[in-house]
Amino acid sequence: MARPRAQPDAAVTIDGAPVRVFSGESLLAAANRAGIPIPTLCAVQGLSVWGGCRVCVVEVAGDHTLRPACATTAVDGMEVTTGSDRLVEHRRQIVELLFAEGNHVCAVCVSNGACELQDLAVDLGVDHIRFAYQHPDRGVDLSHPRYGLDHNRCILCSRCVRTCAEIEGANVWAIAARGAGSRLVAELDEPWGESTSCTSCGKCVAVCPTGALFDKGTGVGEMRHDRDVIGFLAAAREQGEWHDREQQP
Amino acid sequence: MHDHIVIDPVTRIEGHAKITLRLDAAGAVDDARFHVTEFRGFEDFCRGRPVAEMPSLTARTCGICPVSHLLASAKAGDAILAVTPPPAAVAQRRLANLGQIIQSHCLSYFHLSAPDLLLGMDADPAQRNLFGLMAAEPELARRGIRLRQLGQEVVAAVTGERIHGSWIVPGGVAHPLDPATKEGIRERLPEAKQAAADTITEFEGLLDRFTEEIAVFGTFDSLFLSHCGADGSWEHYGGGLRVVDASGAIVVDGLDPARYREVIGEWGNADSYLKSPYWKALAEPDDPRPGVYRVGPLARLNVCERFGVPLADEALAAFRERVGGVATSSFFFHSARLIEVLACVELIERALADPVLDDTRARATAGINARHGVGASEAPRGTLFHDYTVDDDGLVTSVNMVIATGQNNLAMNAAVLQIAQRFVHGADVTEGALNRVEAGIRAFDPCLSCSTHALGQMPMLVQVTTADGVVVAEARRD
Ligand code: SF4
Ligand code: SF4
Ligand code: FES
Repeated sequence: MARPRAQPDAAVTIDGAPVRVFSGESLLAAANRAGIPIPTLCAVQGLSVWGGCRVCVVEVAGDHTLRPACATTAVDGMEVTTGSDRLVEHRRQIVELLFAEGNHVCAVCVSNGACELQDLAVDLGVDHIRFAYQHPDRGVDLSHPRYGLDHNRCILCSRCVRTCAEIEGANVWAIAARGAGSRLVAELDEPWGESTSCTSCGKCVAVCPTGALFDKGTGVGEMRHDRDVIGFLAAAREQGEWHDREQQP
Repeated sequence: MHDHIVIDPVTRIEGHAKITLRLDAAGAVDDARFHVTEFRGFEDFCRGRPVAEMPSLTARTCGICPVSHLLASAKAGDAILAVTPPPAAVAQRRLANLGQIIQSHCLSYFHLSAPDLLLGMDADPAQRNLFGLMAAEPELARRGIRLRQLGQEVVAAVTGERIHGSWIVPGGVAHPLDPATKEGIRERLPEAKQAAADTITEFEGLLDRFTEEIAVFGTFDSLFLSHCGADGSWEHYGGGLRVVDASGAIVVDGLDPARYREVIGEWGNADSYLKSPYWKALAEPDDPRPGVYRVGPLARLNVCERFGVPLADEALAAFRERVGGVATSSFFFHSARLIEVLACVELIERALADPVLDDTRARATAGINARHGVGASEAPRGTLFHDYTVDDDGLVTSVNMVIATGQNNLAMNAAVLQIAQRFVHGADVTEGALNRVEAGIRAFDPCLSCSTHALGQMPMLVQVTTADGVVVAEARRD
């Protein structure tokens, strides 16, 4: 039996539409429920809030700073705008910076055609990058028997870090260093294949938005991630019930 | 006094190049060099990438023959996984290569060379191009476009893309062929067969106009190298390497392409980005030139005994009769290309009738089972080798690509010298002479994008300079 939900106890306005919100709910969750799409990268249903990518930024009336919808609690009476020109430009700039920062060559990427970053770029009309490409010298870790990690395509969204810690409970991943030197590390910066905590469950691979984590041996454009599995697992755990995913509404 | 004549860049080939002709004191050409001036460096930036990505990555080497790179790369990957791709995968790979050979050869013949061949080497350069050809020979131009389209459609039907399909992977191909795609191709084959046969007949009729060119467009003894079936039949994907000499005698047969380093050396030259592979057994210690060998359509024709399909076999027999066995003039690369187009159409017809194409098992999977793998196939321009070393995880640690155009480099240099010695006298260089030098190179259909991994168009600049570099004459085509 699903647990009873809390009653909505407040109301906000999102793009002019009144939306009831539950206590403690984020603007992103409220908007999702109301069928108002807000683009995201680091947020995944079922994982803790990270608020790192800032793609989900929205405008709140009376506040000149942009707010990450995933990390902003809906407060009674808020008037929220999700798609102004300013927001679109802001998101576009973030996506361009992500492309400039890593080494993204979609045409030869395992996730070509099935990548959230690429989709976002397409949605935002990113047809060129206004920033200088950094061309960082990053490597590929294929030490794991089943999976690979291409640091060149990692956008440090920490989805894998949170998935491994919060869903699998193995805590293999962390983000090490600071600023431009930040990078995903397994254990205390060891080759992934040498990690003794990794259970090879593949949940981190499933949730990665880009081609950074992939099934070993996949060729260009062959990688398919299964991001919904995390929300399913989290919900199942929270509700204490397991359903056949195929049968889910 | 030594003068230099420089043709820079050379037009209607793929990439950037320049030609330098050195004149002796009497004004006669005493040396010729073909320089490739572009560099892209795939061999370097592929390092550190997973081997599974290599086919798609290296396919970007070329926009004309990406399928060849996909094939050679995937075969190197097959060797590293130590797997045998399922028969359906091999059938698909072969089909795509046949389509690619058609489209590339048609581009070379109809778009790049036909203006010279149909309108004449001395025709006004303003007309001597594809548009001039379309005005003068609309039927031929239309036929060329249709034939090339067939090749592109075959490639697209199999790989999913006209140019850079990513359907091929180490172990096989990413997905089975959709049986419905075959019908569309099949319907076009009768027209294509007729078009290819007509073009051969028409070209035969032109040959008498080019006796001088035939005599000097790289007419010399050399070895010829290509894949060949165990039964001596024409091969473009599998089989071993066969090498014949100018008399047709077999020098090497059934050689595993993975052993190419035992027989082929690679010579680097300071004034060109294009390496010069040479046949080791014949080269001198400091001079690779005696080791000159040729690859490509002419080499494949000289090497094989038959195609195994009726119309092409007839055309091959007629060709042999005309040239008297082994063709040693590079001018006949054109004939060979046209005969191969006809053969490819017939072989596609045969391939489509084979039920193995419908088998849905199209991929073998495995981990890294070997640290080193070589893959080879016949590109439209000749034998292509991809040679990879990987670490235990399958990350590429070194790459060597031996490209058809590179293998023809020594022969192209020899051809340029031969043509220049015949048509260039002193610093007064006629347009027709320059065009013949260029056309002599174009007969090889060089792809400099592939061979130096460079990309671009090829306008041409001709300079005549004194030995100390003073330009005394200049001609430019943009
Ligand atoms: S991860 Fe996505 S954005 Fe990056 S190269 Fe791959 S397809 Fe492109
Ligand atoms: S590997 Fe993927 S999921 Fe993990 S931080 Fe990088 S982009 Fe995000
Ligand atoms: S999705 Fe909200 S900050 Fe990333």
